[in-house]
Amino acid sequence: MINDRNLAWSVASSVLDPEIPCVTIGELGIIRDLKLHDRKATISVSPTYSGCPAVLAIELAIQAALLKAGFEPTIKRVLSPPWTTDWISESGREKLKDYGITPPVNASSKMALFGKIDVKCPRCSSQNTEKLSEFGSTACKAQYRCNNCFEPFDYFKCI
Amino acid sequence: MSPDLGKALLELADDNLILGHRLSEWCGHAPMLEEDLALPNMGLDLIGTARTLYTYACEIENSNKTEDDLAFLRNEREFLNCLLVERPNTNFAHTILKQLYFSIFMESYWAAALNSKDETIVGIAGKAKKEMAYHIRHSGEWVIRLGDGTAESHKKIVEAVDALHLYTNEIFINTQNTEFFIENNILPDRISLKSNWEKAIKSIFKQACIPYPKNDAELLGGRLGLHGEELGHLLASMQSVHRAHPGAKW
Repeated sequence: MINDRNLAWSVASSVLDPEIPCVTIGELGIIRDLKLHDRKATISVSPTYSGCPAVLAIELAIQAALLKAGFEPTIKRVLSPPWTTDWISESGREKLKDYGITPPVNASSKMALFGKIDVKCPRCSSQNTEKLSEFGSTACKAQYRCNNCFEPFDYFKCI
Repeated sequence: MSPDLGKALLELADDNLILGHRLSEWCGHAPMLEEDLALPNMGLDLIGTARTLYTYACEIENSNKTEDDLAFLRNEREFLNCLLVERPNTNFAHTILKQLYFSIFMESYWAAALNSKDETIVGIAGKAKKEMAYHIRHSGEWVIRLGDGTAESHKKIVEAVDALHLYTNEIFINTQNTEFFIENNILPDRISLKSNWEKAIKSIFKQACIPYPKNDAELLGGRLGLHGEELGHLLASMQSVHRAHPGAKW
């Protein structure tokens, strides 16, 4: 029984993020809970950003993966406590970096206008970087440029 | 009138949806590529929040309605958004100032909503508050750049203040629909957020070299469903696909 739950958990958490397919949703920390009764699995999932179009895609992918493994999944969307980038695991952070996305730096988003945070270049690790835009190709990313190796890169915004 | 949380939440949801839609209108038209990403991205956050609120409103009403029914099948008079959010985009200065007014208010509103006795509202607030923080950063920095920028940009942002400031009082009004829930610590008291809002705006205006308007004139009506002509145009565009294909599924 316990092994079945572990199996269901590992099946659900190894689903890849549809927009950043280098990390699993387990590594992003969005699976909050899994309850198993016989083959019926109830999975609690935290959405990342309010308007993230990937939320539904992720839920469908979890359902599909669990069905394939012989479970009967039900997805429960959990809003509280809200997902934070602090829940991204160490291995998730490493993979983001290797993929060319700088992982989130620190917990609280700073309120100060024109405030600066030190974002390292994922390629050459230089701290000499500049923000091009707080917004990027997906809801979770900002655009930066490295002033050392001159490569533009994505930064996973901290929330 | 018996208290109806579903209806009380519509004010909040409609504010987020209508401003979110206004931001989406910039997609493909923004003055530069970064803004073309930024404005619809913020719109996405607001529409996401609106969706969660509509879904919760349907859950409370225990009806067969869905978020889509609330967003796409209500008429102008049934929308309870404040007038500020429906104001047309006009130009970049108007858009960014409207965003600053709204974001600073919403950040404090969601912060207060974290103490709500309703767990779902706490959950929605926790997420939305974090998003508001970078909306404020974005719009605040732009208001300062425009105000303290060239003669042209200064003129445009001052014109925007002239045109929009009289819509800001409405944000702080506690309506009949929400009274009961404010007294019972389910929804935040809007008027209590006013002095901090003014302080924050004044501080940004000072950095932006924009005089804070003395005029106390105000325009109201949105919470009663009395809107400007522009909302009708917005709804016609936003709802047309859904109305042309009733019940269509993605």
